Amino acid sequence: MLKQYSFDKTAVQTFDAQTSLALKTEDLQVFYGTNHAMHDANLAFPKNQITALIGASGSGKSTYLRSLNRMNDTIATVTGKIWYHGVDINEPNVNIYEIRRHIGMVFQRPNPFAKSIRENITYALRANGVKNKTELSERIEKSLRGAALWDEVKDSLDKSALSLSGGQQQRLCIARSIAMAPDVLLLDEPCSALDPISTVKVEETLLELQKQYTIIIVTHNMQQAARISSQCAFFHLGHVMEYTPTGTMFSNPQIPVTQDYISGSFG
Amino acid sequence: MEQTNFQLKKQDTQSQEWSKRLHHATRATREDWIGRGVSYLCIGVIILVVASMLWFITSKGIATFTQNHVSLWKFLSGTDWSPSQGKIGALPMIVGSFAVTFAAAIVATPFAVGTAIFMTEISPNKGRKFLQPVIELLVGIPSVVYGFIGLAVVVPFMRHLVGGSGFGIISATFVLFVMVLPTITSMTVDSLRAVPRYYKEASLALGATRWQTVSKVILRSATPGILTAVIFGMARAFGEALAVQMVIGNAAVMPKDLISAASTLTSQLTTGIGDTIDGTLPNNALWSLALILLLMSLFFNALVRVIAKRGQLKHER
Repeated sequence: MLKQYSFDKTAVQTFDAQTSLALKTEDLQVFYGTNHAMHDANLAFPKNQITALIGASGSGKSTYLRSLNRMNDTIATVTGKIWYHGVDINEPNVNIYEIRRHIGMVFQRPNPFAKSIRENITYALRANGVKNKTELSERIEKSLRGAALWDEVKDSLDKSALSLSGGQQQRLCIARSIAMAPDVLLLDEPCSALDPISTVKVEETLLELQKQYTIIIVTHNMQQAARISSQCAFFHLGHVMEYTPTGTMFSNPQIPVTQDYISGSFG
Repeated sequence: MEQTNFQLKKQDTQSQEWSKRLHHATRATREDWIGRGVSYLCIGVIILVVASMLWFITSKGIATFTQNHVSLWKFLSGTDWSPSQGKIGALPMIVGSFAVTFAAAIVATPFAVGTAIFMTEISPNKGRKFLQPVIELLVGIPSVVYGFIGLAVVVPFMRHLVGGSGFGIISATFVLFVMVLPTITSMTVDSLRAVPRYYKEASLALGATRWQTVSKVILRSATPGILTAVIFGMARAFGEALAVQMVIGNAAVMPKDLISAASTLTSQLTTGIGDTIDGTLPNNALWSLALILLLMSLFFNALVRVIAKRGQLKHER
């Protein structure tokens, strides 16, 4: 039997005007039909930091993440505001293709296309009108270096992406996203299908990438959140319960539900 | 010492009892045997039927060459088909069959792929509720009905449009187009539905539009399936007899154009089958046509398997 926690008692930090924010949501709610999956999420994401979203399965963290680049458009109803460069990108008349170019996403399961490594990266670039061969190959190298994959694949760019290991595939997916030069990178449990060694590689890559990108990562793995994130938000049954700097979250959680989740005596 | 022996003996009898218990047949093992026996019997009968059909058609089909001593080359390249006078050049029928088959496949494929994309990507709900049953219905309509519609509507229309009799390859193409469309469409729908959802999500998350996603990712990854669908459609067109026979005009001459009467392997078979005497050259020649049909359908089958294998390899590596 799951313990009952009050949804009124939350501890969600806000940032002062000096902190530059990459993305901010105001009263974001998500409905799958009549199922109210996300309640009033008010979160702000500081630039060039890694923010981790943690919580049990079904807590709404992936649902929240997918709303940020409008991937929930055809599946769910999302209300509330998502502020990006002073624009509410949850408005229906916003160009979703443009949003997704600026807010990239990497999924739980490594999902490279059944094409060559090169084509996996050039796919989106070509789709956005980059045709120049030198520019294409420059951006291939840059993004593969960014995802710490260049040295492993530079001699086999024309091999099928599906011949790579799971960890390499996931880093290829990251490379594919950053080839579009986004501001924000959303990662939905990027390491849950990977072994520990590949996980370390991806984590190192993310730590390196936060210098250029704002990263929001959903993870089941609390150690991972502790290792790489600066800010951490804890989700519970569709509510944001606590949002604090990661150090605070793990050493001094503010409310009982977080304390119980962190210490493992949850439910 | 004696005691050990005694114990051994006791163990022996015990293990014998167990051995008996664990080896004797029960209802479960008998059910196994019966089940296996029944399925072996069924597969045996089917293998026997298929093998004897293959043997029958092959032996009859090659009689033209072994008994009547017609050269294979003359049969395949000759253009004069008058079996009663000993002239059996099958080229007009071979050309006719391939012409209607390829023409129908070429015309039907874009329509089928377009419909399938609509049903899976653009409007999946309407696709499932409304179009799916319609297509299944089209598959089930007997070919004689298609032929009859062709005879009553298409042939007069062509006669009106381009003159001549209205019978010919173009009318047959039109009828076959309608007949293979549902086959190709429903198999294409299956292969589009089998494209993993995460390909689509990956593409959309990169900022690709729906059209780019469909044309570059979904269609690309469904290509082996779509090719298979087209080949199945072609196999159906190649083997269709009745509907084609009703609209093609059945003149066993080399087709000069698309609007004059021609014939196919199947139409010539159905037309000629009643007029020949077993064991004579005209009869054997018809069997040779049947043999070509059989070989062609084997070829289509093999092609489908090759494509399936290639597609698999592509996904695994």
